[in-house]
Amino acid sequence: MLNKNIYLILIISLVFAISFWIGFNVNLLPAEASINAPIYDELFKILFITGLIIFIGMTIAVIYSLFKFRKRNDQIGDGIALEGNLSLEIVWTIIPSIIVLLIGLYSYNIYDRMGGMKELNHNHEMMSSNSEKIWAGISQTSDNEIAINNLSIEVSAMQFAFLFNYPKGNFISGELHVPVDQKVSMKMESKDVIHAFWVPEFRIKQDIIPGQPTILNFTPTKVGKYPIICAELCGPYHGGMRASIIVEEESDYNEWFNKNKKPEVNL
Amino acid sequence: MTTLDSSKEIQKNNSEVNETHEDFRMFGLITFLIADGMTFAGFFAAYLTYKAVNPLPDGAIYELELPIPTLNTILLLVSSATFHKAGKALLKDKNSDSQKWLFFTALLGIIFLICQLFEYFHLPFGLTDNLFASTFYALTGFHGLHVTLGTLMILIIAWQSRINGGRLTSQNMFPLEAVELYWHFVDGIWIVLFIILYLL
Amino acid sequence: MTISIDPQKTNNESLQPKGWLRYFSFSLDHKVIGIQYLVCGFLFYLIGGTLASAIRIELASPMSDFMPRDVYNQVLTLHGTIMIFLWIVPVVNGAFGNYLIPFYVGARDMAFPRLNAVAFWLIPPSGLMLVASYFVEGAAQAGWTAYPPLSITTPQSGQIIWILSVLLLGGSSIFGGINFIATIIKLRRPGLKLMQLPMYCWAMLGTSLLVVLSTPVLAGTLILLSFDIIANTGFFNPVLGGNVVVYQHLFWFYSHPAVYIMVLPAFGLVSEILPVHARKPLFGYTTMVFSIMGIVVLGLVVWAHHMFTSGTPPWMRLFFTIATAFIAVPTGIKFFNWVATLWGGKISINSAMLFSCGFIINFVFGGITGVALAQVPFDIHVHDTYFVVAHFHYIVYGGTVFIIFSSIYHWFPKVTGKMLNEKLGILHFIITFIGFNLCFAPQHWLGLNGMPRRVAEYDPQFQFVNQISSLGALLMAISTIPFLINVFLSVRNGKNAGDNPWNALTPEWLTSSPPPVENWEGEAPLVEEPYGYGKEISEQK
Ligand code: HEA
Ligand code: HEA
Ligand code: CUA
Ligand SMILES: [Cu+2]
Repeated sequence: MLNKNIYLILIISLVFAISFWIGFNVNLLPAEASINAPIYDELFKILFITGLIIFIGMTIAVIYSLFKFRKRNDQIGDGIALEGNLSLEIVWTIIPSIIVLLIGLYSYNIYDRMGGMKELNHNHEMMSSNSEKIWAGISQTSDNEIAINNLSIEVSAMQFAFLFNYPKGNFISGELHVPVDQKVSMKMESKDVIHAFWVPEFRIKQDIIPGQPTILNFTPTKVGKYPIICAELCGPYHGGMRASIIVEEESDYNEWFNKNKKPEVNL
Repeated sequence: MTTLDSSKEIQKNNSEVNETHEDFRMFGLITFLIADGMTFAGFFAAYLTYKAVNPLPDGAIYELELPIPTLNTILLLVSSATFHKAGKALLKDKNSDSQKWLFFTALLGIIFLICQLFEYFHLPFGLTDNLFASTFYALTGFHGLHVTLGTLMILIIAWQSRINGGRLTSQNMFPLEAVELYWHFVDGIWIVLFIILYLL
Repeated sequence: MTISIDPQKTNNESLQPKGWLRYFSFSLDHKVIGIQYLVCGFLFYLIGGTLASAIRIELASPMSDFMPRDVYNQVLTLHGTIMIFLWIVPVVNGAFGNYLIPFYVGARDMAFPRLNAVAFWLIPPSGLMLVASYFVEGAAQAGWTAYPPLSITTPQSGQIIWILSVLLLGGSSIFGGINFIATIIKLRRPGLKLMQLPMYCWAMLGTSLLVVLSTPVLAGTLILLSFDIIANTGFFNPVLGGNVVVYQHLFWFYSHPAVYIMVLPAFGLVSEILPVHARKPLFGYTTMVFSIMGIVVLGLVVWAHHMFTSGTPPWMRLFFTIATAFIAVPTGIKFFNWVATLWGGKISINSAMLFSCGFIINFVFGGITGVALAQVPFDIHVHDTYFVVAHFHYIVYGGTVFIIFSSIYHWFPKVTGKMLNEKLGILHFIITFIGFNLCFAPQHWLGLNGMPRRVAEYDPQFQFVNQISSLGALLMAISTIPFLINVFLSVRNGKNAGDNPWNALTPEWLTSSPPPVENWEGEAPLVEEPYGYGKEISEQK
């Protein structure tokens, strides 16, 4: 009996060890380039490790039973008539409940840290006329912060391109340029069907729904050029609907901005 | 609808009958009505969400008058009662009374439909004018379709409850009971619809 | 009220064609209808699989070179629709449900045989219509989810035919659901208690509840969508003031439960197969029943997890996260019970068993990625990417399709009286298992690293992994060959199976194989312990 328990404990610790090792050493995610990304990757690691433990555990249990309890040639008759075991049932109801609950709380915490819990879906002075209903993607700012943010960009998505309007500079660009380490807030609108704004390196995605202007904020942390991908089927050229986001040092950004800036035309 | 089809099976008397069981055709019908009710529930949910989320655009007209729908509500309520009478009469083998009540019920149904059409023609908005108009027509239209089907079925069972040669007798109440249940269901849906569409 | 006429005796035998011809007739025999569902479903599986192969060929290179872009969208839409509505749903519900449920409740047929036949005969025409729509103006190309406004703006004929055929298939499914509920609740043999029913009955009861409660909502939604397309209304058309998110809510109100409609019957089937081949009673019968009902209830309130990146307010996202993740609890109970059923058994390692165990392993993997997807912050990155594609293929293919194959190996002797060849069966399993994992496991990585779904062209850095995936798909296509050979050979000259080759205790095995037209010679047996393996049971006749 004791012997059996030792084996069990040994196997369980092995499963844990393998899962943790894989969880910490196998990187499945692209580069981290926004302040969302490390938070996201932390959640991913936890989910990955928990998932691996459960998956490897179950797989071992199934394969082990297939070997251990396979019917030998000389055997006839049935296995033991075991129909249930209340305490076992309770154990495997409660443990997953606890895991699920903990994961839920944890991901709430992550979501909150990403700024997802901030209510933004109400009227909003700077960016919307009064009748518009604004939705918020995951964000890191409050209403007021957006109102005073310099880096407000208007994104329009259409079949099959993104256009970025810099109201402060009065110009439109096909590439999104932003300075590193600064909060950017975008107001996104779709001209036709649903599109989605996705930057894998930032771990953010938000649908752009026609008739429903949407705010999305992010803070890039790493200089570089990343793809902006449309992630919602929007027609034949959906796969080609891509743009780039260029994160640059503030000085480079300003240079680019001033080069494109058009003088305010007052009529 | 097709749910009732198996009734025919049961009539088909097989020679080597040896087992009995409960009549579960009513059960099937109830299940079907639950499903049907879910269709309406979907429509209602859509309408209520629109109400809550989408404001009426500037200049769009969406005004409903109460008199006709109130009359319609009364018509349907009365028709439910007269249908009930028909069933009672049939149970007492008074086929001709039953038939009269059924025809009366069908008549109420037809008047309901006429009133509904009248309302359609006098509304200040059309199907595609705005979101609410469309939903209004979809909901009342779908309900009207149910009333039309119900009226047709009532006429059929009224024909079948004729004294000589009719299939409907106090021993074979099922067709009548089934249509009656269906009719009450349509009636109930109307009341919900009336409250949600006209009163809210 | 009781009627003294037997509605079960509905099959006017002399009028029905005999032999294989009856499979092409409007038969009322539940067994014939079951096989009709199965064969029809399998033919559509081959079509859907051919389309999947086309997808994988296109994706073997990063350019859109194999077919035009809009054709690609049509192919993936048809692939999704056919696989779900014409293969999985009709087969796990219609085929096995019709074949097995009357045996399990001790009846001679379904409660409403005529309705049953109608439900089946709705399927072939709507399926053919769907496939044929390609040749009109092009098939629907808005994905199987048909999100407006895209579905409103693409060529109309394809989308309308798509709506029509999905409506018919939904109707078929509702009729089937009504029939199953009535059969299980009302047509049970006298003396047979609910808690003595084989687990598949419970699974079908739960599934049918979901069908009855959710499919009508899809029907309503699609009717509104078709108005938008043909009558120019604006329910879901933002240009006319409509609201596209309402469509998504209504659609997923059906389509999330639909995933349990696709998997609960498979849970039921595996609960029948494992005890037989492990020679052990099903572990934890009562908790299994409750967990099915738990899944049904939870399944109805989690739909918005498909919409985490659409406009949903934060509280809603949170509610749906928690509710969704909690489905892991009742589902987990089932999986632990199955492993406990294996534990300590005398397991025969045959094709049916292998496919069932493959199912457990694949589904746990797909379920775990599902729980991860349920976490809003996680889903925001991977929504609408290949991660999701991988998640659901692990469940629908690795889960349900594996169980369909397992069930075919298990019940083939029942239906034909012949055994399938085990060697070919195991070969089939090995190729399928390897091909499947090779095809879909790499897709998780693709999704995490930036490949969206539903694209015909992609970033060249993903080419290598996509080619591995395509190779896996090739293996899966190849794996159907031993299976088909096996079936054709065995039907003609397979080993005779006898009435009960597995020594099983569930009622369908207590009659001859293949069973007589009205299922039993004489009265149906009362099986009080369908899983009484290893016990001293008094003769169950
Ligand atoms: C048969 C089909 C089926 C089934 C059963 C499931 C089951 C589940 N699915 Fe899946 N899903 C689909 C088919 C299915 N899914 C499809 C087709 C899509 C894509 C639709 C589209 O957009 O086209 C999809 C998409 C999808 C999404 C949306 C992703 C997105 O688009 O962004 C989500 C998010 O929450 C999700 C979650 C889940 C969960 C939590 C389960 C759970 O039920 C899984 C529960 C099971 C387990 C967890 C494993 C066993 C449990 C244990 C061993 C216990 C211990 C475990 C823990 C404590 C974690 N699914
Ligand atoms: C429900 C069940 C189901 C099943 C069983 C499958 C099976 C398969 N699916 Fe499916 N798939 C879906 C449901 C399913 N799928 C859904 C719902 C979508 C989403 C659609 C959407 O986005 O709208 C999808 C999308 C989807 C995509 C993503 C497309 C995209 O987003 O761009 C891919 C890509 O790899 C894919 C691949 C496959 C493969 C390789 C198989 C293989 O397992 C298939 C294996 C079978 C075969 C290969 C058949 C063998 C036969 C032959 C090869 C032909 C022989 C012919 C004759 C003899 C006539 N599927
Ligand atoms: Cu825009 Cu896809
Ligand atoms: Cu879902």
